[in-house]
Amino acid sequence: MSFVLGLKSKETGREYPKKALYVCEYDFSPLEAFYDYDGIKKVLTREKIEKGPKSIWRYRELLPIDGEPTVGFYTGFTPLVKAHNLARELGVRTVYVKDDSVCHPTFSFKDRVVAVALSKARELGFKTVACASTGNLANSVSAHGANAGFERYIFIPHDLEKAKIMASLVYNPHVVTVNGNYDDVNRLCGEIASKYNWGFVNVNLRPYYSEGSKTFGFEIAEQLGWRAPQHIVAPAASGSLLTKIWKALKEFEQLELLSGPVKTKMHCAQAMGCSPISTAILDNVDFIKPVKPKTIAKSLAIGNPADGYYAKDIVKKSGGSAAMVTDAEIQEGILMLARTEGIFTETAGGVTVASAKKLIESGAIGPDDEVVIAITGNGMKTQDAIQDVVSDVIPIEPTMDSFEKAIQGKPCRV
Amino acid sequence: MSVKVRIPTPLQKLTAGEAEVQIEATSIQNLFVALEQKYPGMKERLCDENGKIRRFVNVYVNEEDIRFLQQENSALKAGDDVSIVPAIAGG
Ligand SMILES: Cc1ncc(COP(=O)(O)O)c(C=O)c1O
Repeated sequence: MSFVLGLKSKETGREYPKKALYVCEYDFSPLEAFYDYDGIKKVLTREKIEKGPKSIWRYRELLPIDGEPTVGFYTGFTPLVKAHNLARELGVRTVYVKDDSVCHPTFSFKDRVVAVALSKARELGFKTVACASTGNLANSVSAHGANAGFERYIFIPHDLEKAKIMASLVYNPHVVTVNGNYDDVNRLCGEIASKYNWGFVNVNLRPYYSEGSKTFGFEIAEQLGWRAPQHIVAPAASGSLLTKIWKALKEFEQLELLSGPVKTKMHCAQAMGCSPISTAILDNVDFIKPVKPKTIAKSLAIGNPADGYYAKDIVKKSGGSAAMVTDAEIQEGILMLARTEGIFTETAGGVTVASAKKLIESGAIGPDDEVVIAITGNGMKTQDAIQDVVSDVIPIEPTMDSFEKAIQGKPCRV
Repeated sequence: MSVKVRIPTPLQKLTAGEAEVQIEATSIQNLFVALEQKYPGMKERLCDENGKIRRFVNVYVNEEDIRFLQQENSALKAGDDVSIVPAIAGG
């Protein structure tokens, strides 16, 4: 049973069939899946979702595939961690960490979007799938695509973290490193996609891919006991995730699955060295000015964000705000989450934690408020970024004497 | 002063399927005028009612985004490569 009716231009509402299309032929605006919400409302209840699989596919009625899912049976349904220690350190009443650092199979929220995109790619008959990536999407297309039996072409900027390149190569796709930044890779892939009949997950499969991000928002609401939180701080690269978390909450509201209206304030987290969306929000301008990224948060290094306008509009409409943080603050964000909650996130997560801190300090998030922090990736992939700021090991000889000398003056609680 | 223009898939209906065309132009602005003359309907797709390039259309001269150059006033010289690419999502 499928409830997705087709694709629609986000600007003009012009309708298109459920094919591998991604922009409106008339105004070039992105296409978005639309659904038969009346039909969904008749069949979808809290109980039905709660009885579903412990993966993104428990929300299948709200995802844009026609048949049964074929990819990502273990993806999603990640922990929503009540973070008491982090809340105390940040000086805010309640903090939840939505922890996609443990998403299956490649430890980032991209596993959600790729599960949907590749299920759709199979329906559309593609044999080869491809992507332009800042790293995490590459890992996910490589892994999900291996399991699903696709030929895979992965395009990444040449200067990504070693661990992120390795985490693609191991699945044996064709990894093409492009001598340029992500926006160069993206432009090239736009041109390749129009020449080769491949399923590019973030180009011609984008309307399906991006809907996968909604599951991040669905899970937050379900795990909070079917309600929307007061604040969500989400990282933005292209701005798609932030946009879709909001869409997810509004869909649940429309389907009357929540206990009250959505009053969530959405906040945009970016790195100082690549903050086209946060800048537009904080400067209160309508124009998103592209930038040349320069930041350790390489997964967020998109200088020309395709969904920037929509992300900005949602932040504004929801009454939220934005922050941008320096490389040093990103490092401290990673360390803070690790030392308070025992969660090791990548640089994107560092951006989000550090941005949450700034938003709390500035009063955009009040001391008595409740905030959900979107942790979207795993720290094992970006270890280089914190090499200089973690504490040193304590080297000793294999003797008691050497040990006791070494720990002199250190806290020894018994 | 002929430049090479790469046409994105959604606009190839207007160029009879051609993915690359040669156009005489000295700036992005008059490139768009020339494109419209040769392939009527093109300008309306690429520009809004005020003649500004639509916000989801990215134009590159020799791989550089014209928003980092002089926008519509960016100059062109013989042999330049111009790409018109719709904005695409990230990863
Ligand atoms: C770990 C991580 N978080 C967040 C994002 C941002 O996603 P979006 O492009 O949807 O804004 C990315 C995108 O590459 C990412 O890899």
